[in-house]
Amino acid sequence: MTNGTGCQLSFKCLSWETKYSKSLMSDTLPRNNIFKVIGASSLGTLIEWYDFYIFGSLAVIIGHQLFPEDAGASALINTLAIFAAGFIVRPFGALVFGRLGDLIGRKYTFLLTLVLMGGSTFFIGLIPSYKSIGYAAPILVLILRLIQGLALGGEYGGAATYVAEHAPENKRGFFTSWIQTTATLGLFLSLGIIVITKNILGAETFGDWGWRIPFLLSIVLVVVSIYIRMKMHESPMFSKLKAEGNVSKNPLKESFNNKANFKMVLLALFGATMGQGVIWYTGQFYAQSFLENTCKLDFNDSRYILLWGIAFATPFFVVFGAWSDKVGRKWIMLSGMLLGILFYRPIYQLFLDDTDYTKIEQADILSATPAPVSSVLIANSTDSLRTVSTKVMLRSGASFNKVQIDTVSATKGILLGKEVIKDKVLPTPVFWKFVGLIFFQILLVTMVYGPIAAFLVELFPTKIRYTSMSLPYHIGNGVFGGLVPFIATLIASFSGSTPLSGLWYPIGIAALSLVIGTIYLSNKRDENIND
Amino acid sequence: MNTLKKFLGLVWMVLGPLAMTFLFLQAIDKVGLTHTDIERTNTMLQWGIILFIFLPISLGLMIFGFYAWKGEYDHLPERSEGL
Repeated sequence: MTNGTGCQLSFKCLSWETKYSKSLMSDTLPRNNIFKVIGASSLGTLIEWYDFYIFGSLAVIIGHQLFPEDAGASALINTLAIFAAGFIVRPFGALVFGRLGDLIGRKYTFLLTLVLMGGSTFFIGLIPSYKSIGYAAPILVLILRLIQGLALGGEYGGAATYVAEHAPENKRGFFTSWIQTTATLGLFLSLGIIVITKNILGAETFGDWGWRIPFLLSIVLVVVSIYIRMKMHESPMFSKLKAEGNVSKNPLKESFNNKANFKMVLLALFGATMGQGVIWYTGQFYAQSFLENTCKLDFNDSRYILLWGIAFATPFFVVFGAWSDKVGRKWIMLSGMLLGILFYRPIYQLFLDDTDYTKIEQADILSATPAPVSSVLIANSTDSLRTVSTKVMLRSGASFNKVQIDTVSATKGILLGKEVIKDKVLPTPVFWKFVGLIFFQILLVTMVYGPIAAFLVELFPTKIRYTSMSLPYHIGNGVFGGLVPFIATLIASFSGSTPLSGLWYPIGIAALSLVIGTIYLSNKRDENIND
Repeated sequence: MNTLKKFLGLVWMVLGPLAMTFLFLQAIDKVGLTHTDIERTNTMLQWGIILFIFLPISLGLMIFGFYAWKGEYDHLPERSEGL
């Protein structure tokens, strides 16, 4: 068996890796080598994020495919629940694969997670719809989604640990911040491939079967990434531990049965990752869900806004990661949380105000073109649904569809439905204003997320690092953060709530984390993580 | 600062059970408000997920509060090898 370098897993190999480790400890790692490490780790992690996020980006379409046609809003909420299930199991993946990573090494563990993630994503693309196999469709997707969540739970901690253990001590924030960019770039890639696929196939074909392409495409990306990762060496610090016979025999027990370590796991969760997670998922996921489902923006417009926002903000992961090497991690992360708490409601109020077309004057309308009326028979009934739609163009450059769905009943006559304004396309100045607002939210993401990997790595010793840092990270991000779209949408659906009510969830969690982090966290960096 | 850390420890210890109670009451309330069978199943599923996830975390907050109250966070280790 080889370790990917052609080197036999034997004493000879371990001794080579020990020498290699020593050279790393003395900061003599050539610059091109560290960038190879970062590149190979980041590519795999980026692909895992891509796999994980295409599901969320296609929640509305997948909801139509997996649930009955008359499920309405509950289809979206249930799809978001399946999406959320993937986040919920991430901490379990962190425990399973974290333990494995501390026992057999970082490299082989995150190779395994990559295969699991790519395979389950590919199979989601092959699942028949509700029309073909009934409720077996959402159940199968749920199972695959759970595997995805487990795999991601194992991946991130491995990649962050792997890079940190290769990085010189005064540049750990800078180098690990490249890993931090992958989550956002994975989202960027998923949105980009979805938009391109939809534009090539057309909206109808994409909604019918084209949505499967981004899932199926994953297998190609994963094969490339596996090939690259196979060529990587094991982490020098782990190799050193292994050569010295100091690998943990039971990382789970050592991580969570040891009070001194467990209390740091709790502090990392409540004082940092919990708040960081909700800021992350509000700025990128809830924002998109809000623009599409609450503001009723056009599918492409909402994604273009996010794509531009991500493109402008992503470099700041590296900026804040590098800055944290100089001024410490704590205050950069907590400042991001504070700004989110203060500005989320004003930002989302602006989203609502600028997409409110209910009060437009007749003089503002450039044209109003009615579409042909369509009728669909309701299943097991003599009644039918009649859709009346009008495309309205405004002088400002904005446009939208006015849609009304009436029920035509043989016994009760015509029951008029409520008029809904949707598929809104923004005028150019408002479009760029929205890009600015999303950019600001993602800037906050870069503040909380850029330094977090280095912060977590420095909190725990090498032999239980993979396990210990993975758990608070994935509870904070997977549970608190990943549930933002689901819980916020749920809160906004309560009677008496407003469209902004859902924001109280991320604001409340970030505020709690800000207080705990401010009072209990230290701003000191542990420069030597070789312990 | 250490006094504040300990005092807030009590707050976190109380906040844990309060959060659990709040979530239970919300779940009962929202499930009770549903009208049809499918809607009730959906609502129970959604709140089941929320309770399954957040109850252990509330317990974790209580333990965190207990450690803070006992002064475990008064002096944090400056290096991970101190753990």
